[in-house]
Amino acid sequence: MIIGLDVGGTHADIVLLGPEGVRARAKVDTDPDDLGATLLEALDRVLHATEPTAVRRVVLSTTLTTNAVVGAGLSPVGMLVCAGPGVDPALYRTGEHYAVVPGAIDHRGREISPLDLDAVDLCAERFAAAGIRYVGVVGKFSTRNPAHELGIAERIAERFERVFTGHRVSGQLNFPRRIATTHLAASVYPLHRNFYEAIAEALRTRGVSAPVHLLKADGGTLSLAASLDSPAETVLSGPAASVMGAIPVASPEEDVVVLDIGGTTTEIALLSGGSPLLEPLGITIGATRTLIRALLSRSIGVGGDSEVRCVEGKITIGPRRLGAPLARGGPALTPTDALIALGESERGDPQVATAGVAELAAELGCEPAMAARAVIDHACRRIMAAVDGLVDQVNGSHVDTIHELLDGHRIRPARILVLGGPAESLAPHLARRSQLPVELVPDSGVANAIGAAMARPTDALSLIADTEQGWVSCSGSDRQWRCDRSYRREQALEQARALLFERLGPEAGTPELEVVEDLEFNIVRGFSTVGRNIRLTLQVKPGLLEPFTPEHAKVAVC
Amino acid sequence: MLSARHETGLVLFPAFDWAIEATHPEREERLLYTRDQICEEGLLDLEGVREYRPEPVSVADVQRVHFCPSGVETVAGESHRIAAGGALRLARAWHAGDIERGFALVRPPGHHAQRVMHGGRGFCAINNEAIMIEALRQQHDIRRVAIIDTDCHHGDGTQDIYWHDPDVLFISIHQDGRTLYPGTGFMDEQGGPNAVGATVNIPLPPRTSDAGYLEIVRDTVLPILEDFEPELVINSAGQDNHFADPLTDMDFSARGYAELTRLLAPDLAVLEGGYSIESALPYINMGILLAMTGLESDHVVEPYRRPSGGVQPEEITEAVRRIGTRTRAVWAKREQRQAQLHAVSDECAHRTREIYYDTIDAFEHQHEAVRLCRHCGGALRIATRIGDGPQTLAVHVPLYACDDCRRAALRWFELAPDEGFAAAFLQDRPADRYLIR
Repeated sequence: MIIGLDVGGTHADIVLLGPEGVRARAKVDTDPDDLGATLLEALDRVLHATEPTAVRRVVLSTTLTTNAVVGAGLSPVGMLVCAGPGVDPALYRTGEHYAVVPGAIDHRGREISPLDLDAVDLCAERFAAAGIRYVGVVGKFSTRNPAHELGIAERIAERFERVFTGHRVSGQLNFPRRIATTHLAASVYPLHRNFYEAIAEALRTRGVSAPVHLLKADGGTLSLAASLDSPAETVLSGPAASVMGAIPVASPEEDVVVLDIGGTTTEIALLSGGSPLLEPLGITIGATRTLIRALLSRSIGVGGDSEVRCVEGKITIGPRRLGAPLARGGPALTPTDALIALGESERGDPQVATAGVAELAAELGCEPAMAARAVIDHACRRIMAAVDGLVDQVNGSHVDTIHELLDGHRIRPARILVLGGPAESLAPHLARRSQLPVELVPDSGVANAIGAAMARPTDALSLIADTEQGWVSCSGSDRQWRCDRSYRREQALEQARALLFERLGPEAGTPELEVVEDLEFNIVRGFSTVGRNIRLTLQVKPGLLEPFTPEHAKVAVC
Repeated sequence: MLSARHETGLVLFPAFDWAIEATHPEREERLLYTRDQICEEGLLDLEGVREYRPEPVSVADVQRVHFCPSGVETVAGESHRIAAGGALRLARAWHAGDIERGFALVRPPGHHAQRVMHGGRGFCAINNEAIMIEALRQQHDIRRVAIIDTDCHHGDGTQDIYWHDPDVLFISIHQDGRTLYPGTGFMDEQGGPNAVGATVNIPLPPRTSDAGYLEIVRDTVLPILEDFEPELVINSAGQDNHFADPLTDMDFSARGYAELTRLLAPDLAVLEGGYSIESALPYINMGILLAMTGLESDHVVEPYRRPSGGVQPEEITEAVRRIGTRTRAVWAKREQRQAQLHAVSDECAHRTREIYYDTIDAFEHQHEAVRLCRHCGGALRIATRIGDGPQTLAVHVPLYACDDCRRAALRWFELAPDEGFAAAFLQDRPADRYLIR
């Protein structure tokens, strides 16, 4: 038995999966102030269908931390940064407690100016005096050589409750994002720790002793215990749950568009070869760009409850949601009302919907039925334009080699999968607007919870070897080791693979790894080769633990 | 979040799978550290910076500029066509108004590629800037273009392509040709008889530092640019004036490059040479990119000692000043000199040259004739052969050719077999066609 839980801001979806498929499902209201109570209520609604001890895995996805980030309900964090040549690091200030200390590492990981520990002490003293308990430490090029970050962290460890270092958050190069991500990790930490305790407590109370995982923004899972080391990873896993829920009905042979149509927004994601595409660097939360691995997704402000208006004789939809549709007692006309007025949805008062549409029609100067169709048409057109934009963006993204440019894979979607509240009514309209077949994800009400339940653990690891200097280092750990001139890509690949499996833990088994960066350069100085620069990035593709095709998961063709 | 003050387009195409030879300066590793630095600085995340993916230019794009007697495919590989395509991609985005400025960080370079190309020379095969400019001029209403070549080597290829074009100002600032490849670019090279003064060569003495370089740009280059009133300003942004460059002897810095870019304010910049791949390129490119976007670059400082300390010897300061004075004087008299030339000369002006191709180790013999014309760049014919090989004729009709010049050129092309040429090529720019016979 597996439990999948998706805790949103207003309600929580839970499923209990058995070998035969969904054994129990429920939707409960979320109490944002008491996660424990929400969890207990949700658990009680499905645990009647099994013995708690028969549960072998629990996966949780939540937007609660995201809401805190957006709502800025976070703890103050001290940031210690060292930079070197480039953009003025003062421009990346994260808040009041931000200090730049002398020390610099270059692009090959060589120290170009030493760390000033006295300056570090002074800053730490100031932070401590201001009551700071959580600190982020970030150096430019620290993924090439974490020595300065480690030096600072060690120096200040005793003064603070928790210190986060930049080289642990990602192997990717991007100093400003590394600062933002480390800052985020440190600031959500206390909230996340409370969250962690509430989950552990709720499960203990109900006698569930199975390993607990959290869904990450990349559609993979992370064990609850490990999440304390990288609390930022589980921020914004909401869209991931739905996309993962669409995988069982997506053919691994095709590129597929997934549309999660909600009340306020529509989220667009892409699946290729049965796995979701990932953001090249990381997710953007509000205005903050991070290095958190995440599904590539775009959100547009068009949903079932988006406000519909007539501006200068033209229909506009969203991005605001003023409340429920008119037909359900809401304040403004919505696409859902248009569907109800056309008789294509029964979830509301048709008279109210028709009256609302008639008002719009009067402004537009057309028949009400035509106005209702125009609203739906407009919504579908906006969604399809955003899909095309995302596909173009992916196909136009950065490449480094002639091979990738000329022969690299290009995304060519073969079908569109839709899920979410208004999905069923909108799907036929989308199908008319699109050249591609449009299909509804079955059981789309709890597809998100199913997606969470079945998601497999993911991780990524970047290894870089510089045989001229004679060292190898890898992201996400403090480890560096020596290598000699004969060190080759094959050895590097083997070591990276072993380290990644070790980090994933035994529960993950030996999933297929994807090599996303594979570069090997001769380092030539003065016309002779003095060494080799090897760069590898391996990742576990997000996917499902095992093929999941419950009986009812048959595609409804629109 | 940081935002660019000018909407800036960037093509970053390091061609990690292409080299002339394994240990050649133009090898896979060349832009590796530059890419690292740009990625680590997060410059692609800047609000207002857009990255574009290059697309290879077509054979027709190349043939608008070059005669390749052995075929475009023989001279230019995929890498060359992608590099030119990177520049062209940005030019199109600039023309469409999507970006205010663009920087094509592409390799291989192109400014040693002349109008006739039998093979590679000076690490170049096709001229990225010229292919970009001519595609733009052919398809849009752009006529007057200025190219400022700040590579340390004389941009002899670009000079050759625009030698007879009065609508393209070509200014090359480089290390004196007596001390560096390709050994040309002296002050008396000032353009063909129909474009006198539209080529400006500014050869600087070795060890010229930031002070001298920037002074020449401020006092001489900028006033000339202003006089010329171009619709489009291109910078052939070679990065080998840097004091750490292994192939040259200049004393320029990364901050100097940023300031240079700020002064020139080019619409489009295209990378040329620069081979201090680890110590200079990452910092120079960061400086250029920050300057393009309008952000400050005071913290872009090379993290090691500069042998000269950045101090320029007095005799160099004086030499640079003399070069500036002379250049301005020559520029002021350009129209007068062109009128004098046209008063004394007959139908055509001729020149004979030998051009060395280092990549294929061969000499080309060229005899060039241009029709003297007061109305356009003039019909151009080039008789060319490699070593003792067969003579071929290349005929060029300028884009803005007058009727007489176009007729004359078409006639040359027709008569080529009678004159004993083994093959003839016609670049008929007004009709945007390329013919072979």
